[in-house]
Amino acid sequence: MEDEKQHLLQLESNLKTRALIYKHIRKFFDDRGFLEVETPVRVPVIAPEPYIVSFESEGWFLSTSPELHMKRMLAAGYKKIFQFARCFRKGEQGRLHNPEFTMLEWYCANADYMVIIQHIEDLISYLVKELGFRKIKYGNPEFDISTPWSRITVKDAYLKLAGWDPTTQPDPLRFDIDMAEKVIPGLSKDYPTVLIDYPSYASALARIKPDNPTVAERAEIFFGELELANVYSELVDADEQTGRFDEAIRQIEKEQGKRMQMPEKFIETVPFIPECGGVALGIDRLVMLLCNASSIDEVMPFTAENA
Amino acid sequence: MDVADIHKNTKLLVDGIPCCVDEVDFTKPGKGRAIYRVKLRNLLDGTITEKTFHSGEKADEAQTTYQQEQYLYKDGDHYIFMNTETFEQLFVSESQIGDKKDFLKEGILVDMLMFGDRPIDITLPNFIEFEVMESDIAIKAQTISPQLKAATIETGAVIGVPTFINVGDIIKVDTRTGTYVERINKK
Repeated sequence: MEDEKQHLLQLESNLKTRALIYKHIRKFFDDRGFLEVETPVRVPVIAPEPYIVSFESEGWFLSTSPELHMKRMLAAGYKKIFQFARCFRKGEQGRLHNPEFTMLEWYCANADYMVIIQHIEDLISYLVKELGFRKIKYGNPEFDISTPWSRITVKDAYLKLAGWDPTTQPDPLRFDIDMAEKVIPGLSKDYPTVLIDYPSYASALARIKPDNPTVAERAEIFFGELELANVYSELVDADEQTGRFDEAIRQIEKEQGKRMQMPEKFIETVPFIPECGGVALGIDRLVMLLCNASSIDEVMPFTAENA
Repeated sequence: MDVADIHKNTKLLVDGIPCCVDEVDFTKPGKGRAIYRVKLRNLLDGTITEKTFHSGEKADEAQTTYQQEQYLYKDGDHYIFMNTETFEQLFVSESQIGDKKDFLKEGILVDMLMFGDRPIDITLPNFIEFEVMESDIAIKAQTISPQLKAATIETGAVIGVPTFINVGDIIKVDTRTGTYVERINKK
């Protein structure tokens, strides 16, 4: 009891910053005409993704991401929506992960991944200003966040840091391992990095780049080794989407012996989703970044370790 | 076993050697595979190595068992234990006992981790009572902090105790941290 009290009180300043960040984020999106929405945390079906594992709940699932429901709202005609979404991913626990976490997702019609990247630049700059910070100090370096942030294609980053081109040599296993072991540790520690144009095989719900079918319009934002957000020009082709889910369902069945369901209700709405961009930004990581916290348990009062 | 089930204190068999997982560093870039960087302590010689696994890989679990043993006495470089069910005696070398010798009191029951018939690790009870064998009245040189002074317990280990503790008192010690908890019996 004494230990818990001491632990919780130590977090007070970070938790106050966290609450302020939520307040400023709401203002940021409200000023730009976005509607805050809430979609279910417990859902009958989730997007089949090979390395995202869900918790089951009485035959349904705890949501791993609000993406499908938010896109169903876009298909219905909503143009700008955002959400603070509780997400649950089994087995994800470590310095940067907790199995239950909060995602800030937003979607914007008639936008692509480049527009969303600008939203993120604007949001971070806005938060730093509103919190009265001059810079982002995270770990040793101070990040120079003046925009535009540097955009590097995945191809160039791999050629430089891992010595091969994953867009012309499809190798998903080597891609994942080199990302963790070589590429991310080699990213700049002085300014944020935007990795863009992921190999199409590593981009489940992103649109293929019209002039280069080997890559998809997917981006990830990094502050040093801290991965903050995943951005897509959303895939709005129902056949392509069905094909990718089929492939994922096959892979999951082969590797994990588990039969996932096709998200039928979502697939029915895909033809009505407008051209749009969207992003999933880890709020807990954002708070870590702005509080200079090295571990996720410094920005959450209770994690899977002490719940 | 699936690598996702590896936790701190999992016992793995790596190249035929039983290892204890001391730390797991989980990373998972983007939507890709999870990467587990595992710090392994060789249970036979104590050396530390690192190994990387990724999701989907399998790891071999070391078949280890716990058995209850009573510590009897020390003979030369060996500590002699007795299995509380079979009454068989077990010889454990001083190097395998390590720091735990500080709190290994004759007669106590311990959980012995076995790899086959080979003893590889000992878990002491969290709290053990000891008699204070030596402790002078707090004089400056022996004062660890304003509230604590040095005392020698029956195993020969020296720990910090409050100044009101005297020789012959029975005290309770937390063996995980090596710290004084409370006085049980006053001489």
